[in-house]
Amino acid sequence: MARAAVLGRLVLTPIRWQLCDVAELIDETPQVKTIILDAPDWPGHRAGQHVDVRLTAEDGYQAQRSYSIASAPEDELLAITVEKLDDGEVSPYLAEELRVGDKLELRGPIGGYFVWDAQQGGPLLLVGGGSGVVPLVSMLRHRAAVAPSVPARLLYSARSLDDVIYRAELDGFDVVYTLTREQPAGWTGFARRVDDAMLREVADPNAEGLAYVCGPTRFVEAVADGLVGVGYAPENVRTERFGPTGG
Amino acid sequence: MEEQDLKLDGNSAAGLFRELFSFELTTARGRCDNCGAVAEVGAVLVFANAPGSVLRCPQCESVLMRIAKNGERYWLDVRGITWLEIQA
Repeated sequence: MARAAVLGRLVLTPIRWQLCDVAELIDETPQVKTIILDAPDWPGHRAGQHVDVRLTAEDGYQAQRSYSIASAPEDELLAITVEKLDDGEVSPYLAEELRVGDKLELRGPIGGYFVWDAQQGGPLLLVGGGSGVVPLVSMLRHRAAVAPSVPARLLYSARSLDDVIYRAELDGFDVVYTLTREQPAGWTGFARRVDDAMLREVADPNAEGLAYVCGPTRFVEAVADGLVGVGYAPENVRTERFGPTGG
Repeated sequence: MEEQDLKLDGNSAAGLFRELFSFELTTARGRCDNCGAVAEVGAVLVFANAPGSVLRCPQCESVLMRIAKNGERYWLDVRGITWLEIQA
């Protein structure tokens, strides 16, 4: 069944937990896995939204975490991408124990603030730190499906090239990398944390359009401040922070 | 772990809000009763490591709202918000 894109305002129905089938697992990096889900009652989503995933132990103990949706609204199946945090309560199970054919309990889509619909237009500047790139890639996929003429650039901060998620797919987009910890031999790209000089170089020269920033709290706050510093209107800079409780 | 790492934002409370409200609250605009700043709920600061979630103003960091849940019962303390403008 094709998932209908939900555009514009959402009519909210009561949020309910539902069981999905794990259809496919993709190793993105040694620490990151994409989980493709067949969600029979999925109402469709908007790029940038997330789901809550809930695990229940045999003794009834429950742990719940939020994960960004990676797939575009136009995609047939729902995909989430999970970074394994070694001391996490949920992500190690999702990354290591989950198998194709298993059931996973989730609810969603959730959120309306950190969302981009194609009709909002651009230009789009997406800035992601680590697995903060996931909702931004949903936006890029959405744009590629329905609005490829909207200019969009992704600034992606990763520790190393091996930590880059969706690397092959991103070759097809306008992506600027900065590798903060380890660079391959002959690397000529950025090799430092995102700073104001980098933003000036990468962002729209007139600071026009919309900016979306997702990553760890300190990354998001530094980048958001930097974007306002280079002239972006604060109301055009949307942010999503994730932290250690996300594991 | 430093306190800074535990600071999230209104996006992280979106699921909790959906349990309570039939409208999308993260795109609602609210006024901080302390400093008068107006922000969308998705942009406010959220500290979820307390017993419950504490929402703070992104400008002055005053407490806007506290939400606690125990079993099937919720407690909402909204004293830090002057008003909320919700898109129906």
